[in-house]
Amino acid sequence: MQLIIFLVMRRMRTPLIVLICAYAFAVLGFVLIPGQDNLGQPWQMNFFHAFYFVSFMGSTIGFGEIPYPFTDGQRLWATITIYTTVISWLYAIGTLITLIQTPMFRAAVTRNGFIRKVQKVREPFYLICGYGDTGRLVVEALTHNDIRCVVVDVNPDRINELLLEELPQDVPCLNADASDSDTLLNAGLGSAYCVGTIAITRDDQVNLKIAIACKLLNRDIKVYCWAESNDTGVNMASFDTEHIIYPYDIFAHYLSNALSLPSNYLLHQWLSSPIGTPLSEPVFPPHGKWVLCGYGRFGKAVYQKLVTLGMPVTVIEERPDLTNPPEGSITGRGTEADTLEMARVHEAVGIIAGTDHDVNNLSIILTAKAIQPKLFTVARQEFATNNLIFSAANIDLITNHSKLISNELLALITTPLTADFLALSNRQPDEWSRILVCRLLGCIEDTNPSCWVITLRPERTKAFMDWNNPAHSILLRHITHEPGNRKKKLPCIALLLKRGNERILLPDPNIPLKPHDRILFAGNPAAKSSIAYICTYPDLLHYMVTGESRPITSLGKWLSSQTKSGSKTRKATRTD
Amino acid sequence: MLYEKVLFAFFILLALTLNFGFFIGDMSNPDHHNVFELFAAVVVSLIATIMKFGDKSHVGTVLLASSLVADLQLIAACIVWGIVVYGMSQPLSEHALASIVSLSGGALLANFVSVVILTMETSIHRR
Repeated sequence: MQLIIFLVMRRMRTPLIVLICAYAFAVLGFVLIPGQDNLGQPWQMNFFHAFYFVSFMGSTIGFGEIPYPFTDGQRLWATITIYTTVISWLYAIGTLITLIQTPMFRAAVTRNGFIRKVQKVREPFYLICGYGDTGRLVVEALTHNDIRCVVVDVNPDRINELLLEELPQDVPCLNADASDSDTLLNAGLGSAYCVGTIAITRDDQVNLKIAIACKLLNRDIKVYCWAESNDTGVNMASFDTEHIIYPYDIFAHYLSNALSLPSNYLLHQWLSSPIGTPLSEPVFPPHGKWVLCGYGRFGKAVYQKLVTLGMPVTVIEERPDLTNPPEGSITGRGTEADTLEMARVHEAVGIIAGTDHDVNNLSIILTAKAIQPKLFTVARQEFATNNLIFSAANIDLITNHSKLISNELLALITTPLTADFLALSNRQPDEWSRILVCRLLGCIEDTNPSCWVITLRPERTKAFMDWNNPAHSILLRHITHEPGNRKKKLPCIALLLKRGNERILLPDPNIPLKPHDRILFAGNPAAKSSIAYICTYPDLLHYMVTGESRPITSLGKWLSSQTKSGSKTRKATRTD
Repeated sequence: MLYEKVLFAFFILLALTLNFGFFIGDMSNPDHHNVFELFAAVVVSLIATIMKFGDKSHVGTVLLASSLVADLQLIAACIVWGIVVYGMSQPLSEHALASIVSLSGGALLANFVSVVILTMETSIHRR
């Protein structure tokens, strides 16, 4: 705001001086010019009357010739000064209006509005730098999870897109360069409510700069960064950036998972997609010879994984001089049939189109399918605008940057335990995952299972914390059954129990719960509130643990005490 | 030589001298205090204030503040004059004139401070 005030004041200097001079000039003239009163006596206007007259004359209100009709000399002066004052007014107002219309002034006003909006956010929020395809997915997912966001993007079109987006909450957004630390501070980096920064611009250097600025300006927040190259990632890790996301590595990991542990891959897909995603079908990539088109960063990551799994891979690369592909690679784009035939695609079981060009990737897939229709196809998609054609191409596995990153971020932010669980489940045999997938299928309908965490903390789970019945300890199964009927299981599965540093995978239903335990559940979202109820209401918890309903109203309590004492006396008389 | 600096120094000095011209003389003698001088002092002081508008430097803001004080005192003096003579339709009493002159004396002090600051700033910046 200060900048705007200074700007206005500086630009208004000349018009204001002109205005003051015009007024002073007019007033002085009226004081000096001799006039006459009603009786024709000479009369000199004083400063008070002159100022009064000029005030209404200058603003063209015109009350007439006050206090006495003017002499010709005074009228002449009035004629001159009416033009000078009106022109100086026009000049001043015109300058002010021009000032308001300058882009700099408008930018300053917009920024101020943004700063005020950010300051009004009184809940924990994430600062998102970059609103591309990935940013849009992240913002959508976070806002639907009731997490506040603030967005900064350098491209004004993207900010306009965000303004038109129908999100469940108001997202303050600014069109500015996020690598400028002032912008980050304006966007609430220094705010006590800022819990994290998500740097997902397309430029690695910008992401790096944001990460450094965040680490230096606010040590308490978490920084999530997208690193395209390993080099940048290592650099980010060197100053303790919490989460560095390498989209290519993530996909390579997925692919190798899909090849070696298909059920685990499916589990991963289900648990990391946003709520409401239709259930994805399992994919079973074949084992055998693969053809990989494009040996950039994506190609390299995938190649590594395939070779580790012991599969023969033939690489097709357009610019082998730049990327250094392994020996025996074919030079070419892969979009032409002869290059693919040279790579012996008819002997292959699968093809991966991993160039950074969406249309080329589609062309590779279609050409290869024409040669060998049974191929398992994997394509890399860069831009969300191509969603339609990619889904129409009937590709077995599509890798979409934006989706990968946003799913990964969402899992990290909303349910950090999911990442722990997935890492642990990776080490289990595929049979284990298959059983879990079947169990999850029993809990859900046709959308993916939702994940949530119950933390046994005093402020959230009052009934649990107040439990003091030494005869019964609360077991996990007590809170995973229906509040209406404790014999019936809730449609959810406890995936992970975290107690201090100990992590128990698929905890036993009979495990006793302790304060500060964190339990990750997956299943039907309806079960979430039931579990929360059980942990909050003492009477309900009492029923769940012991199986007896406690009276709640005072009348009920009195009645039950009466019946109890009555039965006691009856028992006593019977023994007598 | 900076044209803007010359102009500013000119106006700030002129404000001081005009103010001094009005202030000097017998406190209660109307002949010693010319109304035209007061008018000129007000106009020049206002111009000097506006010339310091939008100056972000520390000295600039202090000058703006002292200049605003001078404006306030001078305008207060004018208002007192106007109220006594036209508002209450009384001739200018000794008492009223004394308060007008002392108000302008306050403005004189503020203008003097402005000039001192300006001089100090100039002497610091010499090469």
